[in-house]
Amino acid sequence: MTEALRHQCEAIKRAYPDADSALIPILHALQDAYGSITPEAVEDAAQLMNLSPAQVEGVTSFYTLFHRQPHGRFHLQVCDNLSCRLRGSDQLLAHLAERWHLEPGAPSRDGLFSLERVECLAACGYAPAAQINLRYYYRLTPEKADRLLAELEDGKEASGERV
Amino acid sequence: MSECRVLLANADVEGIERLPVYEAHGGYRTLRKGLTEMTAADVAKEVLDSGLRGRGGAGFPTGRKWSFLPNDGRPRILVCNADEGEPGTFKDHYLIHRLPHLLLEGMILSAYAIGAGRAFIYLRGEFLQGYELLEAAMAEAHEAGYLGEHILGTDYSLDLCLYRGAGAYICGEETALLDSLEGKRGIPRMKPPFPATAGLYGLPTVVNNVETLAAVVPIVAEGAQWYRTMGTEKSPGTKIYSMSGCLERPGNYEFPMGTPLSELIEAAGGLLPGRRFKAVVPGGASAAYLTGDHIDIAMDYDSLAAAGTMLGSGGVIVLDDSVCIVSFTERAIEFFRHESCGKCSPCREGTLWMSQVLGRLERGEGSEADLDLLLDLTDNIAGRTFCAFGDAAVAMVASSVRMFRDEYLEHFAQQGCPLEKERVG
Repeated sequence: MTEALRHQCEAIKRAYPDADSALIPILHALQDAYGSITPEAVEDAAQLMNLSPAQVEGVTSFYTLFHRQPHGRFHLQVCDNLSCRLRGSDQLLAHLAERWHLEPGAPSRDGLFSLERVECLAACGYAPAAQINLRYYYRLTPEKADRLLAELEDGKEASGERV
Repeated sequence: MSECRVLLANADVEGIERLPVYEAHGGYRTLRKGLTEMTAADVAKEVLDSGLRGRGGAGFPTGRKWSFLPNDGRPRILVCNADEGEPGTFKDHYLIHRLPHLLLEGMILSAYAIGAGRAFIYLRGEFLQGYELLEAAMAEAHEAGYLGEHILGTDYSLDLCLYRGAGAYICGEETALLDSLEGKRGIPRMKPPFPATAGLYGLPTVVNNVETLAAVVPIVAEGAQWYRTMGTEKSPGTKIYSMSGCLERPGNYEFPMGTPLSELIEAAGGLLPGRRFKAVVPGGASAAYLTGDHIDIAMDYDSLAAAGTMLGSGGVIVLDDSVCIVSFTERAIEFFRHESCGKCSPCREGTLWMSQVLGRLERGEGSEADLDLLLDLTDNIAGRTFCAFGDAAVAMVASSVRMFRDEYLEHFAQQGCPLEKERVG
């Protein structure tokens, strides 16, 4: 762990009245720094929080946003729950597989894009909904997805949309 | 009938997420009124008298929930539940993105009312944009003296912490949320003790939903009697209905409680062209189906409960005649299987079993005995789990078998999904 990262994590601990509450925020910070929950990230969190690595593993495995495999630079989370499915999330996923060779859960082929099918993102009225690096995109038709991914390929950032 | 915007009155104002614009539209005037002209007990009484019921799903009267805090001198905590994830529900997402200061104002008033010096906002992990918006709003509120030490020059101080979870539907259950906020796996606790006596860090705690806390602002501003002029006797006020599914203009619509379902559907632009109404899930994926017989049902807690379903979080999913009930129900149970925390056997094993049975029914490989098996499973899950998740997981399944038995039978007759066959041709 770099000094800067340690400082960041110590600051997170101080931000909560009871330091136990810092574990999940610290795991977010470590995952952002390492790209995934690596064995090193687990060790770091355990040491920072004075927990056993097994306790940290127990927490990381419970929550879907903590992941063991690195994601692409742009990680797509496409909602496939009830309302999104009614409005074409299956067509969107089929299109992403066909046109962009993106399969849910598969390792990123180019390091640029990766895809995950996720449960409800609380954006059902703007279906099909997705997030890219946790930024919302609404009413994501295959055509809109093509434009968006092409822009990201060209170096644009995923800044999300306003609801 | 047009919308009745109380919470969402200023939702479309450009820049309302910034403090100067929010203030220009009356923002934080109610906080000033509450803190300088009213005692904490006055604010709490106004909320109790308003009859406001919790908007997270359970519909428990908010003022009564507050009244359960013991008077034992221990520090009290207010937690805002912003772990919105009930399929079909997207009102808290909207409120946080559009009106972050309304949530803050409601939280500060509520914390003052219950005597909490510390408060938390628990956002679901996916709400990163919401986190950033609230972080910015909190910084503005601090700067302006609405948050922190000696708010508006009074003796009241509030330390507010923002917190992001990491992806788990069950953390919307208030005791699972508290465990998650303590850095643990989010697994529901045994109740009692209830959070009011032993909540976060074992301290007296109130957990309220985003929409509930936002509603405290107009209640304190205009008074309980005014609030009761809207809605019904037992479900007063307005509700933000999240309208989604097979509709022309899905979105959030605020109406008085008890507005007929047909009016909500009309407000959301009606059905898609050429389609017929088939069913509705009136309160998120945890609610039982209703069919066309109930198209004019009053959308409030009691009317929906009387019809065997619930208002829940107000997530209204409308299905038209292009939707296969078996496939739709299978998708719902797949969600519950994925999200079961695994603590109780009936829920952990039952959701898996139901998803297997529904899978083979959708493929046309099941038998009529499977329908009895499904009902038997739902009977053995409902009421037999630690938390309300088990009841939630069976509602759509049990009602689908009761209301759409013919559609299941059609799957056996055709050895597959009739609507799927029609689509594929």
